[in-house]
Amino acid sequence: MEANTRSTGRLPAAFLTPGSSSFMDFLGDHSPDLLPGNRPLPPVQGAIEAPHGTTIVAAAFPGGVVLAGDRRATMGNVIAQRDIEKVFPADEYSAVGIAGTAGLAVEMVKLFQLELEHFEKVEGAQLSLEGKANRLSTMIRSNLGMAMQGLAVVPLFAGYDLDREKGRIFSYDVTGGRSEELGFAATGSGSVFARSSLKKLFQEDFTEDQTVMAVVQALYDAADDDSATGGPDMARRIYPIVTVITEDGFRKLTESEVAEVARAIYERRLEQPDGPRAALL
Amino acid sequence: MSTPFYVSPQQAMADRAEYARKGIARGRSVVVLQYTDGVVFVAENPSRALHKVSEIYDRIAFAAVGKYNEFENLRIGGVRYADLRGYTYDREDVTARGLANVYAQTLGTIFSSAAEKPYEVELIVAEVGSAPEEDQIYRLPHDGSIVDEHGSVAVGGNADQISSYLDQRHRDGMTLAEALKLAVDSLSRDTNGGERTLTAEQLEVATLDRTRPQQRKFKRILGRQLSRLLDEHAAEGDGKPAADADGGSGKAGASDEGADGKGTKGAKDKDDSEGESGPLL
Repeated sequence: MEANTRSTGRLPAAFLTPGSSSFMDFLGDHSPDLLPGNRPLPPVQGAIEAPHGTTIVAAAFPGGVVLAGDRRATMGNVIAQRDIEKVFPADEYSAVGIAGTAGLAVEMVKLFQLELEHFEKVEGAQLSLEGKANRLSTMIRSNLGMAMQGLAVVPLFAGYDLDREKGRIFSYDVTGGRSEELGFAATGSGSVFARSSLKKLFQEDFTEDQTVMAVVQALYDAADDDSATGGPDMARRIYPIVTVITEDGFRKLTESEVAEVARAIYERRLEQPDGPRAALL
Repeated sequence: MSTPFYVSPQQAMADRAEYARKGIARGRSVVVLQYTDGVVFVAENPSRALHKVSEIYDRIAFAAVGKYNEFENLRIGGVRYADLRGYTYDREDVTARGLANVYAQTLGTIFSSAAEKPYEVELIVAEVGSAPEEDQIYRLPHDGSIVDEHGSVAVGGNADQISSYLDQRHRDGMTLAEALKLAVDSLSRDTNGGERTLTAEQLEVATLDRTRPQQRKFKRILGRQLSRLLDEHAAEGDGKPAADADGGSGKAGASDEGADGKGTKGAKDKDDSEGESGPLL
């Protein structure tokens, strides 16, 4: 069947059969072997060594949401990659950041992007933000077999809800359980530290710029305490990926914009290594 | 039981072609034109929900006339083909040429198979390149032949007449407003030489815009933006188009009949108000 799409022959009947607007459903019917969840799992002893992505943080502000990630991928105690990208646009109004096994996670994002785009093209309308979040849930669940072997993918999904007119954040566990987070959230190995940092810094009425600053502070704090999370690399000019989603859609901050924020934080930390202090009471 | 009598293959094919052509001729035309920044698609289509022009992939769009369920089927097949191909290989590997080939094979097989009725559709597949010379436009008639087009092309009821009108007037390096004006002028000419006025509400307009920062270059031009572009050309032409339109709508009102009555009446009302506001601009 697959050969038919490669040759210049007629479209196979499955392509012209009316059916679901879901690309995953179509793949399941037509080429199930291409679905990540359908791969047979080889029996393995112990955990498999593969590059892992680490910390992703998100925070909402009135009018939108910020999703950001550090750039480090680790394999055991080795830094596998210094400039990996872990935050991707899912579509015009949402983004997904991934922690966990990098290879599987990137594949999942690719399929998720396609799923949303496919639906949009076929139906002529976008899925609701809730619908998108549920779709991602299903995909994580299909990876459960892999997750049990240590190849887990745990994304963070953020988007602007056009109906409710606000930014929303969804977090997931390895079984595909999703929960909506209020205000801010983090996932990955450095998430504990990032979350604590945001807990002290975050305010609901932050502006977009303030939210970006708070989120990069949180990534700095995660990198400070978690060896798998990379801080801003001033020497190599590798800075976190920061994306903002508002009513106007998805926007990735340029390197110079993030560099400015990261540099400001870095200089301040030269004087005060632990960063900004919250009031005791 | 009646005896089947002999029909020559030539006659059988001629009959099938005539059947398909008649079906197509009932539909309103779609025109596709190159302009400086890409390719513009213009169709007369009063429906907001049922599209004649759609996105297929990043740089590829689709336009069709004829029987809705048949071309919609082909459109979804095309979206599935493109998405699967992009997923299997890379987004770059999805090309209009590949898609046009698949459509040609599909239409050709259906046309020459005695078991199926020929599709009453005519398609256009276009891809925008990084420069006007790299734009590709393919026209696919009902029989599965494939025609490589440049500059401008029309399909549907009055295709021949509209094409020759466009051929004479289309030139390289038109702006979007100029191309749109030419397209609307060509669509509003009646078979009997009269002119109707097409308003923004009766038009479906979309572009493949190479200057769009997003990966997906397809964009619908709707509502205010469309009216503004249409007004732009009305204002440019000074009093002349208004005078033409007045005469034209009068004629069209008399010559058009049945189902068209409503549309023409709407057009006339709009036209009158434009006549008033026209000189003010």
